[in-house]
Amino acid sequence: MKKFNMIVDVAKCNNCYNCFVGAKDEYVGNEYKGYTAPQPLHEHQWVDIKRAEGGQFPMVEAQFRPEMCNHCDDAPCMKVAKDGAITKREDGIVIIDPVKSKGQKQIVDACPYQAVFWNEELEIPQAWPFDAHLLDNGWDKTKIESCCPTEALQSVKVTDEQMQKLAKEESLATLAPKDGAKPRIYYKNDHVFRNVFVGGTVATQKDGIEDCVAGAKVTVLKAGQEIGQGETDAYGDFKIGRFDKGLGQISVQIEYAGSTQSIDAELDESLYIGCVSI
Amino acid sequence: MMFRIILAGLPWVLRGAAIIYPEFKAKLEEKDFIAQMKIQDNSKGRWFELKGGKIISKSGIHSNPDATIWFKSESIALKALTPFKNWAELVHAGKNFQMGASGEDAFVCAWMDLLGMMLSVGYKYGEKREDGTHRYVNNTNGGPVYVDVKDGKIIRIMPIDLCEDDADSWTIEARGKRFTPPRKGTVTSYSLAWKSMIYSEDRNLYPMKRVDFDPNGERNPQNRGISGYERISWDEALDIVASEFKRVKKEHGPGAIAVSHGSHHNWGNVGYYLSSLIRFFNNVGWTRIVHNPDSWEGWYWGGVHHYGHSMRLGNPEFFGQVEDCLKNAEMIVFWSSDPEATNGLYAGYEGTVRRLWAKELGIKMVHIDPHYNHSATFYGGKWIAPKVGTDPALAQAICYVWIDEGLYDKDFVENRTTGFDEWSDHIMGVSDNMPKTPEWAAKETGVPAREIRALAREWGNKKVYLGAGGLGGGFGGACRSATGSQWARMMIIMMGMQGLGKPGVNFGNMQQGAPLDYSFWFPGYAEGGISGDLQFTGAALNTYSRMPHVLSMNTSKQAIPRINLPEAIIDGETSGFPTDPTSMTGQFFEFKYPAPGHSKIQILYKYGGASLGTMNNTNRWVKMYQSENLPFVVSQSIWMEGETKFADIILPACTNFERDDIGEWASAGGYGHQFYSQVNHRTVAMQHKCIEPLGESKSDYQIFYELAQRLGLGFIFSEGCSEIDWVKRMFEASDVSDNISWRKFLKKGYYIVPPDKPKGRAPTAFKWFYEGRQKDAPEPHPLPADYGEEYLKGLQTQSGKLEFVPETLKKFDDPQRPSVNKYMPSWEGPDTKELIDKFPIQLLSSHSRYSFHTLGDGKNSVINDIHDHRALIDGHFYWIARVNPVDAASRNINDGDLIRLHNDRGSVVCAARVTERVRPGIVHSAESSATYDPLGSPGKSADRGGCVNQLTNHRSQSKKSSSMSPNACLIQIELWNGDIYEKPENDAKIGKGEPDEQVA
Repeated sequence: MKKFNMIVDVAKCNNCYNCFVGAKDEYVGNEYKGYTAPQPLHEHQWVDIKRAEGGQFPMVEAQFRPEMCNHCDDAPCMKVAKDGAITKREDGIVIIDPVKSKGQKQIVDACPYQAVFWNEELEIPQAWPFDAHLLDNGWDKTKIESCCPTEALQSVKVTDEQMQKLAKEESLATLAPKDGAKPRIYYKNDHVFRNVFVGGTVATQKDGIEDCVAGAKVTVLKAGQEIGQGETDAYGDFKIGRFDKGLGQISVQIEYAGSTQSIDAELDESLYIGCVSI
Repeated sequence: MMFRIILAGLPWVLRGAAIIYPEFKAKLEEKDFIAQMKIQDNSKGRWFELKGGKIISKSGIHSNPDATIWFKSESIALKALTPFKNWAELVHAGKNFQMGASGEDAFVCAWMDLLGMMLSVGYKYGEKREDGTHRYVNNTNGGPVYVDVKDGKIIRIMPIDLCEDDADSWTIEARGKRFTPPRKGTVTSYSLAWKSMIYSEDRNLYPMKRVDFDPNGERNPQNRGISGYERISWDEALDIVASEFKRVKKEHGPGAIAVSHGSHHNWGNVGYYLSSLIRFFNNVGWTRIVHNPDSWEGWYWGGVHHYGHSMRLGNPEFFGQVEDCLKNAEMIVFWSSDPEATNGLYAGYEGTVRRLWAKELGIKMVHIDPHYNHSATFYGGKWIAPKVGTDPALAQAICYVWIDEGLYDKDFVENRTTGFDEWSDHIMGVSDNMPKTPEWAAKETGVPAREIRALAREWGNKKVYLGAGGLGGGFGGACRSATGSQWARMMIIMMGMQGLGKPGVNFGNMQQGAPLDYSFWFPGYAEGGISGDLQFTGAALNTYSRMPHVLSMNTSKQAIPRINLPEAIIDGETSGFPTDPTSMTGQFFEFKYPAPGHSKIQILYKYGGASLGTMNNTNRWVKMYQSENLPFVVSQSIWMEGETKFADIILPACTNFERDDIGEWASAGGYGHQFYSQVNHRTVAMQHKCIEPLGESKSDYQIFYELAQRLGLGFIFSEGCSEIDWVKRMFEASDVSDNISWRKFLKKGYYIVPPDKPKGRAPTAFKWFYEGRQKDAPEPHPLPADYGEEYLKGLQTQSGKLEFVPETLKKFDDPQRPSVNKYMPSWEGPDTKELIDKFPIQLLSSHSRYSFHTLGDGKNSVINDIHDHRALIDGHFYWIARVNPVDAASRNINDGDLIRLHNDRGSVVCAARVTERVRPGIVHSAESSATYDPLGSPGKSADRGGCVNQLTNHRSQSKKSSSMSPNACLIQIELWNGDIYEKPENDAKIGKGEPDEQVA
């Protein structure tokens, strides 16, 4: 049985918000019977872009990750839904029935990914329904994909086995599993969103003139063990990642032209250690 | 004989159309009148009496017709009455009194409308889809879109996909790889958000009159922006406007009516301001509010003098750059260049895939911008963040290293440039004892000297593309500051030192210069549209000869520099310098207001409502609107936003989704010649009327047409054409009609212009210049007279070479534009001692990403919900201001707090976004808020709408130019305490912002 999944390439998301606006356009003011009631004009973020900024001036980075209803195979929202308000379709898509779900605010609270929104006016929980009304009408892809200029979003209809294989081959990950939810939205290059770096600049003084040091060898150590290494570029900059957050005490060893310097640092979030003179 | 037969058959055709088409029947029932068609000498004719939708017709001459259409001869009549019109012949006949109309203009127009509608009423638009929707096409300033409509309501708007019928895409081979763009249009967020703007609760749906405005009694201008509105009928509204026009023309003479328009609240060549609006007002007589080259400034006032390109307002040619960059470049320097935010200009995300290819090929990227901008975050690479407006110092220090270490193209400098010795003496300190070393620049810019040296060395040793501005060659950013001219001049000087046109060395950031067909002509929006204005649009180039129409000419020679409009009204005098793309020296001719023999402004006709968010020191606008020197203000606007609420009469216009139009994606023409070079597939869109205009709103064309009829100008304005007729005329005039039939174009809604075959592609920009050959760039400029020696030999400059020390500036004395491009710190920046203690923060207000000017923002659109655009706090969408954590911490500001940005010009309440992505000492907050929401009295209190341009200086970059500099602005920020900061008076300083007039 082939089922829908979405692959989101975090490295290709440039924060244009077209997916968000595309979903707004599709659902605000439009009712698709059996799928969704209209989305409120404001506040609901059925497709949302999360932002992760790291580092300190002048070495920073920012990454963006579109998030939406995960169409979980073991959806926590379904467990709390009454009267069959939420159904899991054979093709994997989770639909919150806009009629049966009336008054069931617990469905919003049950979503571990904050992807279900409460419609105050209609008193129903709502989430992005994978543009199922379009797919059922013969569309070959979701509308939000069509709106994405960088092809960061890609829906795939494959068997679960094929999807698992694909996930393995392309190192896809779902958002952190919560409440055993088993999401169907997969993220490619998700580490760029989650991981942190340590960076710095190496400079040297000669005849009162400061210059950047290119080609200095930089090693990152934790408890004496090397966990990363790199080299400074033309600007004397090094940026070494991608580490998990909250790594704690590390030391950065800089070697250049026979001299070595070691700097201790606390690596919890991305860190720019500043300019080191060598 | 034929004449008689045609006329005899006419009633039957009209009756037939009324049976088939209800809309035609309705039109037939609109007016009762008698129309006469005849040969001028009364030898033949037939009259038609329309009464309650019925037609009585008789051969002969009626004794008292309401409208008469006459022809000098039968042969001329036949030319006019065929459905296959030759417009060149008809325009000729009309202009030479071989045919004409007489009688009351409104009846002439009603008759001509019926005859025209007879041909167009059966047009079939778009495509019916299985799900019961009807798919139309339209265009936006961020790209073409499909529009799905059901039961007269827009269901969805989305990007178009190319189909198999469409032309093939191009392919570039570079470094062993093949690159082809995706076969779809990539549009902007504000293109996709249109539905929410169309159905916005802020739409003006009915004509309105300010409640305490009485054209025959008290006008109460002091209450503009305060008193509310009452609904009136179209007839009442248009009668008031038309009678005011007649009154001021009679009482005050030429120039009494001023027209101020923004740009880009709509897209389409017929309805645009450079089209219908100019056509109408040229026939009324108006004072032009001259647009300074707002997003070009430094390139136009400064850059032009080094290498010409006045047609492009100082921006460089760009042909072939995508291919050359991919094949040959090693690095791209993005300098004040954020194409992911500005979409180049109009081009959606078409350039994005190309920049990703460059990244894939390992082309290094450097980003110079005080803000770690959207492009920098996406592509990565070295970030260099100078203090705002200090970029020219950084550039001069790079030149210093190049000269000091011999890292420049000596052969090019010797053979293709002039004035290098003088330039070198300036840089090395020979002429002023101040070598422009990296250490010198470090103090000014805040960028470490070592980084400047490293950048200079890397640049000097590599083949580098310089992406300066959002387009890669111009647009936005550092050219919009006090040092804007200096910066743009430095960009050209630097390319002059590196060998502009050498393989891999050029302007560009992969945004312009896709390998398209540059000889296929479809008019851009600045090519005059239907204006017939040969002087102030690009119509003369192609449109006028290809789409024969009656020219229009404004008889008033009066003009006002836009940025000093408040001074013109309040002080009654001002002066400025023109935006003249035809030559390098046209910009030197000062014009004064009031012009000799002309009236001071009595009426301000405002089209759109953007000024408070887009001009500078904009509390001046409020002061102007509340001035008793301004007796009448009309606003023709789609939405109640910005300054709309300062009008006496509001005329509700509809969007381009509610009327017919035609336009090519990202194509400006004129000053933006071949801007379509940014897209991957040239797309000409039939802009279908997708739904009926909401409420009682009307298209801009229709509003002008109906006003024109009250002035007896209706037939002159329309030439008997409705909007769809003009669309068809433009289609037929263009090269599109050689490739697709009108019927198919109407149905399908777009045409993709096939790209040139690889061997026929336009040669790389400036390659001809680098190689010292005859110019072979396919651009119609410079004008022949501007070549120094021989036609097509050299640049537009006097020497024909790239001039390090321009000859034009040697002959023109502007204190801020000396011929040697010296570094002069911003007159409102870190070196401004009298201000910096009180206002220690530099405001950087770049173009916004999720809105285009004011389009997309405010008006209750879904764009407001974008986290990086506005923040919803306590039920209100606040504009975002980005603050470095250092500046935030010292003021106790946390992310999401409401803060007050202020200086002596005003206060704006914004939502703080605390981020490391801005340099300490700088607050980044985009310009162009559509919402002006004063907490107390307009112009006298803090604004929570987000118009940060209330804080910016309106001083011109240099004394003898009209150039805005929003990025020269010092402010203070603090947590907002909830106060409304009401002042007893609007104390916005009026004047040109010269030092002695400056607020302190």
